[in-house]
Amino acid sequence: MAEKTTTRREFLLQVAQGTAVAATGAMLWLYMLRQEARAHPYALRPPGALPEPDFLAVCIKCGKCVNDCPYDTLKLAGAGGNLPIGTPYFTPRDIPCYLCPHIPCMKACPTGALSPALKNINDSRMGLAVIDIENCLSWRGLRCEICHRECPLKGKAITLETHPRPISKHAMFYPIVHSDACTGCGICEKACPTEEPAIRVFPHKMVQGKIGEHYRLGWTFDTEITQDFKPSGPPATGGAPAKPPKKAPGMDYLNEGGL
Amino acid sequence: MGLSRRDFLKTSIAASTAATVGLPISKQAEAAVKASEAGWQWDKAVCRFCGTGCGIMVATQDGQIVATKGDPDAPVNRGLNCIKGYFNGKIQSGKDRLTQPLMRMKDGKFDKKGQFVPVTWEQAFDEMERQFRKVYAEKGPSGIACLGSGQWTVQEGYAMNKLFKAGFRSNNIDPNARNCMASAVAAFYSVFGADEPAGNYDDIEYADSMILWGSNMAEMHPILWSRITNRRLGHKDCRVINITTFRNMSSDIADLEIIIKPNTDLAIQNYIAREIIARDAVNWDFVNKHCVFATGPYDIGYGMRPTDKYAFPAEKDTQAKELRVKLDKYEAIAQRRKEGEVVEQQNTADPARHWLISFDDFKRAVEPYTLDFVAELAKGDPDESLDSFKAKLRQLADHYIDPKRKVLSFWTMGFNQHQRGTWVNEQVYMNHLLLGKYAQPGNGAFSLTGQPSACGTAREVGTFSHRLPADRLVPNPKHRADVEKAWHLPAKTLNPKIGSFYAKILRDLEDGSVKWVWVQVNNPWQSHPNNNHWLKAAREMDNFIVVSDAYPTVSAKVADLILPAAMIFEKWGAYGNAERRTQHWRQQVDPPGEARADIWQVLEFSKRFKIKDFWGEQSVPGLKADGFPDGKLPSVLDEAVKLGYTPEASLYDVLFATPENKKYKWPDPIAKGHDNHVVRLLGDGWFPEKALWQEYVQFGRGKGKDLADFDVYHGDKVRGLKWPVVGGKEVPWRFNEQYDPYVKKGAGFEFYGDLFKAIPKGDLDKVTDPTPVSVAGKAKIFYRPYAAPAEQPDERYDLWLCTGRVLEHWHTGTMTRRVPELHRAVPAAVLWMHPEDARARGLKRNDLVWVESRRGKVQVRVETGGRNKMVRGYVYVPFFDEGVLINRVTLDTTCPISKESDFKKCAVKVYKA
Amino acid sequence: MSSIEPTRQDAQASLDKIRARTLPQRLWSWRYIVLRRVSQLGILLMFFGTAHWGWQVAKDVPLLTGNLSASKFAGILPMADPFAVLQIFLTGHVLQTEVLLGAGIVFAFYLILGGRVYCAWVCPVNMVTDLANWLRMRLDVRPIFHITRNVRYLMLAAALVLSALTGVAAFEWVSPIGMMHREIIFGLGLGFIALLAIFLFDLLILKNGWCGHLCPLGAFWSVVGRHTAQLRVRFDARTCTHCGECARVCPEPQVLNLKKIAETGYVYSGECSNCGRCSPLCPEGSLAFDLRPLIRRHNERSARVVS
Repeated sequence: MAEKTTTRREFLLQVAQGTAVAATGAMLWLYMLRQEARAHPYALRPPGALPEPDFLAVCIKCGKCVNDCPYDTLKLAGAGGNLPIGTPYFTPRDIPCYLCPHIPCMKACPTGALSPALKNINDSRMGLAVIDIENCLSWRGLRCEICHRECPLKGKAITLETHPRPISKHAMFYPIVHSDACTGCGICEKACPTEEPAIRVFPHKMVQGKIGEHYRLGWTFDTEITQDFKPSGPPATGGAPAKPPKKAPGMDYLNEGGL
Repeated sequence: MGLSRRDFLKTSIAASTAATVGLPISKQAEAAVKASEAGWQWDKAVCRFCGTGCGIMVATQDGQIVATKGDPDAPVNRGLNCIKGYFNGKIQSGKDRLTQPLMRMKDGKFDKKGQFVPVTWEQAFDEMERQFRKVYAEKGPSGIACLGSGQWTVQEGYAMNKLFKAGFRSNNIDPNARNCMASAVAAFYSVFGADEPAGNYDDIEYADSMILWGSNMAEMHPILWSRITNRRLGHKDCRVINITTFRNMSSDIADLEIIIKPNTDLAIQNYIAREIIARDAVNWDFVNKHCVFATGPYDIGYGMRPTDKYAFPAEKDTQAKELRVKLDKYEAIAQRRKEGEVVEQQNTADPARHWLISFDDFKRAVEPYTLDFVAELAKGDPDESLDSFKAKLRQLADHYIDPKRKVLSFWTMGFNQHQRGTWVNEQVYMNHLLLGKYAQPGNGAFSLTGQPSACGTAREVGTFSHRLPADRLVPNPKHRADVEKAWHLPAKTLNPKIGSFYAKILRDLEDGSVKWVWVQVNNPWQSHPNNNHWLKAAREMDNFIVVSDAYPTVSAKVADLILPAAMIFEKWGAYGNAERRTQHWRQQVDPPGEARADIWQVLEFSKRFKIKDFWGEQSVPGLKADGFPDGKLPSVLDEAVKLGYTPEASLYDVLFATPENKKYKWPDPIAKGHDNHVVRLLGDGWFPEKALWQEYVQFGRGKGKDLADFDVYHGDKVRGLKWPVVGGKEVPWRFNEQYDPYVKKGAGFEFYGDLFKAIPKGDLDKVTDPTPVSVAGKAKIFYRPYAAPAEQPDERYDLWLCTGRVLEHWHTGTMTRRVPELHRAVPAAVLWMHPEDARARGLKRNDLVWVESRRGKVQVRVETGGRNKMVRGYVYVPFFDEGVLINRVTLDTTCPISKESDFKKCAVKVYKA
Repeated sequence: MSSIEPTRQDAQASLDKIRARTLPQRLWSWRYIVLRRVSQLGILLMFFGTAHWGWQVAKDVPLLTGNLSASKFAGILPMADPFAVLQIFLTGHVLQTEVLLGAGIVFAFYLILGGRVYCAWVCPVNMVTDLANWLRMRLDVRPIFHITRNVRYLMLAAALVLSALTGVAAFEWVSPIGMMHREIIFGLGLGFIALLAIFLFDLLILKNGWCGHLCPLGAFWSVVGRHTAQLRVRFDARTCTHCGECARVCPEPQVLNLKKIAETGYVYSGECSNCGRCSPLCPEGSLAFDLRPLIRRHNERSARVVS
């Protein structure tokens, strides 16, 4: 009997030890995952990348896109860096994406993290160029506009607006980025002649806002007045209940006193 | 795209990526919009907020408002909205939306000291009726009152006005518009004999100089401001001048900013008049043909009570100014008297009376307003040099006088909420008329309104205690007869005694002379000045207060019965904006729960009364009118029988569901399928909003106030129409022969308004010949003197306090504070203060302080930066925040003529809390 | 069943045989280890050569692209890590055919060959842990504590649950195997620190700590092929002297439960990685690689011979 008790105790102890190791490991693990997944949101992904959370889930970190990038644009994020581990990214100021028409990186992707739905490289949305108008030479009036000229979608992704210069008779040429055409390739960022680039590419999430669902810009599309309006379902009012409810909205505030 | 990971679970990656990746982001959004918009039903409507009257489109789906957009076809805003307008679709869905009548109860019965408990509409109306009958039996028509609104729809205001004035025979109905533009109205009446501006918003695109007098349009009329800014940017000679008591956002685009002391606008305008004469710039052709000169008494008080019986001890000194005023140095010069002279205020009872004077008298009157005198008096920024200020005043006069410049003056509450609001309004016309710069494209004086239907409902319908529809007045027997005829009332049904104005109704509650009040679409216990009095009166006096509102406001909290109201897109309605544009909309969605339109509440309540309850003899203390026994309204029941009514007929049948009105049947094809919960609840098959509109429009037709038929406004192509609509055409500039068919051919201009067009003659001090002289067709150029504010900073209360709005919130925040985004943006009121003033009091930005006046105090945080740059000695606190009830602090003086409260000036002290 | 229980003397004789081996014999007994290193490094080299030197099998047909997570051989044969694919599937995402096919191919391969063949013959971390193990034996590091080797199955379960919870492939994000492989092929990061940690853990803390106790990928492969693996170590109980040398060198000694494997006639446990340490060392030839269908016949014949 004594021997059997010992065995059971040993067994239980072993189970407990194992569970403790696994639980500690899993907690540490969960922490690492969260840290990694929340790592730098600045990563610029190759063309066709799924929205970031899906991309992070689906990318198998095989590096085949890196293998197939002809310009060595793409890198895999190393461990301990500030980008999610093992995933492909690029740094435009080092090497931008040169927008290969046949999109080899996307084609190399075995999982669909770089989605084959991307048919035209100009439809890729790796990021969005943003201009620091305080340090942009063109916005200060100098005739630079390199980004505009270098832009593979010149005239669509970056246009020039002309404005009078208040302190002289020379016009100013303001580069303006348009999100509906900018691919985020980063050629502008690479080309920008300032010491630190005054135009930079960021993931859309970092820079783009969103108008509320409840509002539309009135002049951007037509809305006819509905000619045969259909009110919804049975009317909410009418047929008043014989007994009022015990509680109604606003009561708490109205009864709390304090004036 | 906001596709979550979970969404991906539902669809395969292949499918979802095809829908998202590979499309430009904007196209993705567009695709999503297209997908989500299938099944949306769009209709035109109007913005719920300010008096600008922007057109919007509303989309609904499954009985919910799903989106709004600015209406690109609306000439006012061309698809734009300000940030309040952006949230039109969200105002009705606050978490604490009232959906059930709530009544103060104890042990299952109404009790003034009870807690709010949900009740049925039946119970609510039962108690409301019981209390009404009790008060009416005791006090008659003078014991009841209604506090209404410039945010009522036209039909709601019309219905309540008719119920009160024709049904209850009480003129104790007054809208919050009294506190908004009554001064403008009074001046329109005294100067032109007809209400509302001659011009319209298109003036902006013609003007060379735009001059803001006490109007921070940049924040308060954002969409009009973008038009002004566009004109300023696009037209190189265009200039904008901002005359204000502190640097506000309108100064950002202004070419000239003139910071003045409170009330000195009176002196500055006289300086301009003096300059016009001195520079021989009077447009004599215009003046001789179309104008006369006039003035009135100066000793008219400050619109406070004549007694200090109800005053707190600390406010008795201010209260005393109502009876006698000791003239200061400037007033003495301005009024041609001696400094220190004590002037008994003898004309407080009839401050509006006025008489003709000669041009020579006029010239003599403005003579003291030299540049030196006015500059010394008016300079508002202690840190500005007198020379700089003088230069600015000279430039201001240059702008007005330059014959090549078209001048457009704008004003809002800086003029209207003013202890001499009517005067200062009259003065702006004085200068425009002297120069002949009025009622022409780009040349105008434009009174902006604050509320979406201050013009449409409050003014045109005449929901004031002294007004009847279409510029008719209660004391005028002819006007009453017109109305009685139109309403099929026996003669002398209407009460000839002007009722209590807005502030007076609250005072009546305090002194117990009014004991039953119905409040609709406004929040007096947050918005009316010197609020501690009214809060106390509501809770401690024996009275019954009904508040109809969509949300639990401060006023609801001090009420006895709360009726849940439908909001704008939950009912049919119409608003009239500042440029005389009337715009209608349909019900888009049903109100939630038991909430119901104000008009239904009025109609349903009227069913409980019979004409015999009111049309017998009624006692009206103080009534004195031709053809009426003193203090009494005669019985008109016999007359009523002759008209075919039985004494048992209900007010509902006599006033509203008349045979005429019942001809407007529901359903109506103009609805295009839209519902009408009011029709459904009434259940008797007529269409009240249309019927009452058609009944109402007869008042203005042929009187220069012509409104079109109901169906015209609902036409798909129509985006509101500027009245008078004559022969289907709008009138862009009134009183101008070129544009206004009401002007006699060959007259050029004709100020055809017929109010106050026969006045006596006199000199600067008095009437010399009381025989009325007709001044038909002419406008009056008034001389009005400078008068000092009733309360000024002294050693104890050393700062000026001004209140007002911020762009993000509408009035008391009832709606905008329920929009989470707006609340997040501007969660609380702050006290704007000059950094030096803060430093001198040991205060830093964000410190919690008390702001205290003779009347009360509230806590608020200090802001020394931000949108308003105060001058030293001046602080500003907006009134939207019920957590900072700044109207506990403010002073309830009014313009004695217009009875509009002055929220812009009182003396306070600020110290660390 | 053996009718003759081996004696102490038999076992001692076996051990003496081992000690008496000549150098060529000793070297020959390392043959599988050498082959494993060739395999492990060779695979790594093919990836590296393709990535950096453009190795091709034909014009524009790269030799072996990607890494162990997913790869393509000769532009035609897709391969992918089925465990990684399973984790991604649990994040709620369906993947493209190529990677599914690749995972299927790899899965089928190991299903037949024995799952943990991957561990001993492909996984680069194995080189690190083998080194640590060798050194540990040399230095005779005493164990500090024991934990059950079944922890790895908890880790496997945790990998799958965490994938579903966090929405990312849980093990792939922390895997030292992936780090090591990626960083050798695609450049340096800080993954070597993780490898150093594993090395020290195995050396100083827990014998066979990573591969034998913790690695969820090892656990995954242990499960795969448990019943289907065709390449197994045959056990001839009749010749075995119970000298215990095999268990001493085995990184998963629990798989060499002689009583139990005597019944089946081969090392049946999925945890055996076919590393080939035991069989060349066995002085009696009791252990040897064999294909499963042949094992029974062999053992029956052997039984006949002995009896």
